[in-house]
Amino acid sequence: MSDYLNLFLKAAFVENLALSFFLGMCMFLAVSKRVETALGLGLAVFAVQTVTVPLNNLIHGFLLKEGALAWAGLGDLDLSFLSLISFIGVIAAMVQIVEMVLERYLPALHQGLGIYLPLVTVNCAILGGSLFMVERHYGFVESVVYGVGSGFGWLVAILALAGVREKLKYSDIPRGLRGMGITFVVVGLISLGFLGLSGVHL
Amino acid sequence: MKHPMIRTFINPLIGENPITLQVLGVCSALAVTKTLSTALIMSAAVVCVLTLANVSISLIRNQMPKNVRLIIQITIISSLVIVADQVLKAYAYGMSKQLSVFVGLIVSNCIILGRAESFAMKNPVRLSLMDGLGNGLGYTWILVVVGGVRELLGTGKLLGTTVLRTGADGGWFEPAALMLLPPSAFFIIGLLIWVIRTLKPGQAETEEFQARFPVERKGKR
Repeated sequence: MSDYLNLFLKAAFVENLALSFFLGMCMFLAVSKRVETALGLGLAVFAVQTVTVPLNNLIHGFLLKEGALAWAGLGDLDLSFLSLISFIGVIAAMVQIVEMVLERYLPALHQGLGIYLPLVTVNCAILGGSLFMVERHYGFVESVVYGVGSGFGWLVAILALAGVREKLKYSDIPRGLRGMGITFVVVGLISLGFLGLSGVHL
Repeated sequence: MKHPMIRTFINPLIGENPITLQVLGVCSALAVTKTLSTALIMSAAVVCVLTLANVSISLIRNQMPKNVRLIIQITIISSLVIVADQVLKAYAYGMSKQLSVFVGLIVSNCIILGRAESFAMKNPVRLSLMDGLGNGLGYTWILVVVGGVRELLGTGKLLGTTVLRTGADGGWFEPAALMLLPPSAFFIIGLLIWVIRTLKPGQAETEEFQARFPVERKGKR
């Protein structure tokens, strides 16, 4: 159990997808001007990440991995070169399904997320999470924990940045640094803070 | 008036640089710049994929039904990325290990989809080719600068050869370990944006809030 807790902490804080692997940066920078929208996008990423990483783990384990098709009598087939294209397909499909489910059962949240939900498809944190899961040979339970942890970490990171940026707009910043420039520097500082968590073990 | 082909090529280098102005494809720009060599290989992969994707999407732009264009674009891009990934694995295995997932992540690199959607869909093949090359090189020079600064200040080396002799080898240079850590990439790109926008003031963003009464600053005026 403590293994899984450790993996969660590591995925959420120490190896934060946004701050130490720079994944999903485009949206991270573009949609962090206000806390509310950042929360919406963060939740969307969290939800999609939680579903896609375990799903892609199953697909990789039972269809694509070398020798994975042994149950179909094709033991010597290695389809792992197809993983990229099938992962992005799964992600696009999952985003679509999450959108439909939300629209049916939680229309308020669906309204709030608006355009951000479809955009999650091209968020590299999602695809990156699945690729890391393959690269590190996570089992199924581990992949569930990793999906939850990394999605949560991304949510925390974008909330932190949005909070800082809301205050920042009242400050007097040199002309050229205004906007994107200062945002990069702030993200650097937040990332420096998260770096302090490295080495935390349970 | 410059020739449109040349203009499409030159524009994205500084004027409309994909990273510093359009803020596209930042993820990989930050992640692979720990050393200069990874930055170079990654840029080469991105330039190839971007140019080929632009050309092939521009070739079929008139045949593509509007409502399935995103799926077609993503499929073309991911096929090209798979090819790039396999080539790297075959000829530069060590490098492809170092780049880890980031070659695969070119699929969701917003520069490529962004250029395909906003340029290649509307322009003829040769112009799209130039646009792909230009944006690719705009991306490349940022990566090279960031990668060069990080490797030089972090280890005293460039492309693995010693430039500044470190204190440990009897030289004078004390490597800044921070440069090898993720935050430094943010700082360098932030400062780079500052430099570019100071040189080209037209790019600077306007302030969201103006103080109603200008604040008196001590020491000035």
